[in-house]
Amino acid sequence: MSRLAPQAIVIGASAGALEALSVILPSLPKDFALPIIIVVHIPPDKRSVLSDLFRAKCQVQVLEAEDKEPLEASTAYFAPPDYHLLVEGNNTLGLSSEDPVLFSRPSIDVLFESAADVYGPRLTAILLTGANQDGAKGMLAVAKAGGELIIQDPGTAFAAAMPEAALALCPDAMVMSLGGISEYLRRIA
Amino acid sequence: MIEPSEKIEEIEIRLLLEALYVRYHYDFRNYAMASVRRRLRQAREQMGFSTISALQERVLHDEAMLPRLLGYLTVQVSEMFRDPGYFRAIREKVVPHLKTYPSLKIWIAGCSGGEELYSLAILFREEGLEDRTIFYATDINQDALQIAEAGVYDLDRIQLFTENHRRSGGKSSLSDYYTADYGRVSFDKTLRERVVFSDHSLVTDAVFGEMHLISCRNVMIYFDRPLQDKAVGLFRDSLTRKGFLGIGAKESLRFCSHADAFKEFVREEKIYQSTAK
Repeated sequence: MSRLAPQAIVIGASAGALEALSVILPSLPKDFALPIIIVVHIPPDKRSVLSDLFRAKCQVQVLEAEDKEPLEASTAYFAPPDYHLLVEGNNTLGLSSEDPVLFSRPSIDVLFESAADVYGPRLTAILLTGANQDGAKGMLAVAKAGGELIIQDPGTAFAAAMPEAALALCPDAMVMSLGGISEYLRRIA
Repeated sequence: MIEPSEKIEEIEIRLLLEALYVRYHYDFRNYAMASVRRRLRQAREQMGFSTISALQERVLHDEAMLPRLLGYLTVQVSEMFRDPGYFRAIREKVVPHLKTYPSLKIWIAGCSGGEELYSLAILFREEGLEDRTIFYATDINQDALQIAEAGVYDLDRIQLFTENHRRSGGKSSLSDYYTADYGRVSFDKTLRERVVFSDHSLVTDAVFGEMHLISCRNVMIYFDRPLQDKAVGLFRDSLTRKGFLGIGAKESLRFCSHADAFKEFVREEKIYQSTAK
């Protein structure tokens, strides 16, 4: 069965995120055809340094998401600290100060569930390294909506708990190394 | 034809929001869908209904269910002096302008449980502006307004409030303004002598005064873009000439149709100044 081309990529990562994303994001070409929406667990009181850090080493545009920001191709959006990041139906991003989910705000589950609602099967969700359970329910929501799942091989992850929890819930997900994920993304967009 | 279940849920949500408006005049119809959907799913699950339509039927016929549902639909998260840099910018950049007026009107729009109101009241007292100021604290949620009016918070939040106050450039000790008892703190009632608490909706209600400063932070993140436009238009029309508007740290007027009516005053703290005549 041929799959519908995705309209967006969502990525979730926690402990070890910096190193993992440093393999994936800088490898994407300047003309990467999709928006990439990313939640990384960060302490609430930190001014986010993620977007500044990756802007310097990526060819795609890198932004910290603002409320109601329109989504554009070849752009990576990071959730700001202390807000949930959601995808809205009119191709924009939204923020929310609702309660933390599994002690996290931003929460990977919240982003992934909202993206699954909007994109249905036209979504690729990627869950990377992390030491908690966030993202597993979000991956399941993406799977139920017919989207495509990629989980970092827990054996290669800095922290295996998060990819393992997602695999337990979504055993049919594709399992890849970071290099494999990079290569796969360059192929689909 | 069989509808996918998400599509059906979308219909149910629209119907429920319409029902809330027609029956109770609470208008969430232009709230940002992704977060409304999430909160209604939570409400449905935790209130024990199998579908959103079932929840709708109940809330239509049983008025007692309304406050509970509103509790889900209105997000009440705040802390005193949240984002200390914002309050520092008010103190250092906005207050010098405010000091040139003989009397001041300040509107805290969407005041939730009052944390931001008390923050500004303390800041204005520290800056010697309190006696010439009237504060308007508004929200659509009656429960939240009652909490704001009571000014009582859990003791375990005070450490954070105190630290925020200090980082905001506070000129006094936060403990000067409250008394602690039984794990709770009560803020000094003199702080609210100059406050008008009022049930006001940015969605359905009108302009109500010539404000010198409007603070509306992390309220419009729950609105869709047309509703944000409407609210910002209301703020524009409610501000005095060269009045100030403060919004949340990750909000922006960039995507709003009234962006031209404001200029950035303190860019990094999202404080704008009206350029309307």
